[in-house]
Amino acid sequence: MAVINSKTVAIVGNEAVAEAMRQINPDVVAAYPITPQTDIVQAFSAIAADGLVDTELVNVESEHSAMSACIGAASSGARVMTATCSQGLGLMWELLYIASGLRLPMVMPNVNRSLSAPINIHCDHSDSMGARDSGWIQLFSENAQEAYDNIIQAVRISEHPDVYLPVMVLMDGFIISHAVDRVDLIDDEKVKNFVGERNAPFTMLDPNNPVCVGPFVHSYYFEFKRQQEEAMANALPVIKNVSDEFEKISGRTYGLFETLGMEDAEFAVIAQGSGAGTIRHQVECLRSNGIRAGMIKLRSFRPFPAEELIKALSGVKTVAVFDRSTTFAGGMGGPVFNELRSSFYEQEAKPLMVNYVYGLGGRDLSVELVKKAMEEILEMNSSGKAEQKINYLGLRE
Amino acid sequence: MSTKLKDLVKKEDVLTSGHRLCAGCGAPVAVRQILMGAPDDVELVVANPTGCLEVSTTIYPYSSWNASYIHCAFENVASTLSGSEAAYRSLKKQGKIKDDYRFVAFGGDGGTYDIGLQALSGALERGHRMVYVCYNNEAYMNTGIQRSGATMKGAWTSTSPHGKDSYGKTENRKDLTGIVAAHNIPYVAQASISNWRDVVKKAQKAFAADGPSFINILAPCHRGWRYPMEETIELARLAVQTCVWPLYEIENGKWNLTTKPKEKKPVEEYLKPQGRFAHLFKDENREVLKSIQEYVDKDWERIKRLCGEAE
Ligand SMILES: Cc1ncc(C[n+]2csc(CCOP(=O)(O)OP(=O)(O)O)c2C)c(N)n1
Ligand code: SF4
Ligand SMILES: [Mg+2]
Repeated sequence: MAVINSKTVAIVGNEAVAEAMRQINPDVVAAYPITPQTDIVQAFSAIAADGLVDTELVNVESEHSAMSACIGAASSGARVMTATCSQGLGLMWELLYIASGLRLPMVMPNVNRSLSAPINIHCDHSDSMGARDSGWIQLFSENAQEAYDNIIQAVRISEHPDVYLPVMVLMDGFIISHAVDRVDLIDDEKVKNFVGERNAPFTMLDPNNPVCVGPFVHSYYFEFKRQQEEAMANALPVIKNVSDEFEKISGRTYGLFETLGMEDAEFAVIAQGSGAGTIRHQVECLRSNGIRAGMIKLRSFRPFPAEELIKALSGVKTVAVFDRSTTFAGGMGGPVFNELRSSFYEQEAKPLMVNYVYGLGGRDLSVELVKKAMEEILEMNSSGKAEQKINYLGLRE
Repeated sequence: MSTKLKDLVKKEDVLTSGHRLCAGCGAPVAVRQILMGAPDDVELVVANPTGCLEVSTTIYPYSSWNASYIHCAFENVASTLSGSEAAYRSLKKQGKIKDDYRFVAFGGDGGTYDIGLQALSGALERGHRMVYVCYNNEAYMNTGIQRSGATMKGAWTSTSPHGKDSYGKTENRKDLTGIVAAHNIPYVAQASISNWRDVVKKAQKAFAADGPSFINILAPCHRGWRYPMEETIELARLAVQTCVWPLYEIENGKWNLTTKPKEKKPVEEYLKPQGRFAHLFKDENREVLKSIQEYVDKDWERIKRLCGEAE
């Protein structure tokens, strides 16, 4: 498709996110700084200080208050954004459930960073994985372009009447947030039209229809939770439809996940986030040598597109799941591995499944490491056996 | 604005009847008195942290609130309301809404003195225009009468019980009104449901303040304080008359004593009717009683001095 974008720039991921926020022009942003998310808040503060947005910027005293203020503002009919990561996301924990339980649309970039202790500021996915059952939609990004694109699409997904759920846009700390990348920006006007105006069904600021937000519920709690589960399932087609519409203004396509070589792959690797780039390179190398390798880059982790993944993986003998976090279940491996493996339970034909836990605390995923893993996977694929189901890639042992 | 009863009774109740607070509870009395001071020509957004008032007034699918209302969590009513107030300013300046709104939080002492203090401090410092009311019953009543930073020394609570080695809570309460005053916001006051006209006047000033305002209002709880339920107002009055709970305000930095007891009664007259202090009247706790009186005397002198009333 022809390039529709007006401007190609070289910027870091955090700037790309701040630029998307400027174009979205949210009514309220409440945020608190934390490495490596800080530049988003700083850049957006500068944008607000220059009067480029209508946003009321609330410089709260903690992430707990950031999410609380977002909840108060979203309940008042405002389009709301914040950004955080790591300890900040941890501090928000109880409010994440309140935002989704109250069915409040909002968008939050989470610049993935490890969790203490020991303290470490570098990338892994432990922070957002800790929030995987909080009722938030979670979309992974591979690079600055995807972070930018995801933020814009997230507004539409979140505010869709079949969904009304908050969305977390995940982007790898430093690797995406701080690395200069080529980003194709979309015209302000096109973004404005794409996101439109927020149209809240209920708001506390409607004098003719005052509302009670967050009542005490004995008897219908279960039903509310069931509805949330349904809303999350509804998000699957909505994510696809919004992506289709987004293609019209950007020329870029996104679905629930991206595939490479899956039409004839014998074995496949699944990854999310920036690691997908290194893995893709290796898969392409193998394929150019006539080896039928395939790859899936998972974009939507919540909702988890189980059916679609099973279909995409139906032809492979071996699946290797790359996880940038672990579950501490006592040797069960990472969360994506566990969820994918459980998705296959009812299937007659199950692939051999192995897990590679990698990159904790920012440990680099080098080409050599991926190469080494690929050789092992190839070996497992031909023998049909996996000596070691859970592997720690790049660990000093 | 009038504080005449004949005008006030014409105001529509924002907190309506049918709520499930205990009969004789001080909290709804505090809410009604405060909201009598709200201007007539504005809409309200009311917010509660978790606590007795919240759980008893919003039992789904009912609400006792004749206004928009939000409960988010226990420690964050001030930041939740900050967000609503920011949304209001944003939508108003963009012309997306027309009506005038005021924002009022009613937080318990637990949600204000203790777990919500950081969120409160942040909201005050940022200057959100909101009226924050602490309905103070000196303990975590909703969860079964546990001590809070507002609980008086010597009081029995379920987490500061008296026993062989204990006379109840060993620490004096913290001076939250003073802590709030140190944020230099336009209006701060201490009030008691026994002095309703004083409450209404203070609420009127709080709603008129162009910025954050704060009222710490004593609202006795007969379940936690252990006295007959019909004596709630009387207990609140004794707190004022003994100077355990002085009534004052700080208007744009100026301290002003709003009620001067004709004769300062001994603290024992306030403690005696309450079961939570009954053990203090045993011989072995005479010193504790004395120390409470000394604490009250000293604090009263301090407040009089700040209000320019000391000799
Ligand atoms: C984070 C958190 N910790 C603890 C609780 C349990 N809790 C709910 S209400 C409450 C006490 C409320 O006390 P207070 O604010 O004084 O209000 P009251 O019930 O006395 O009116 C507690 C401890 C909670 N809901 N959330
Ligand atoms: S326990 Fe106390 S504060 Fe709670 S409703 Fe009863 S009287 Fe009111
Ligand atoms: Mg209390």
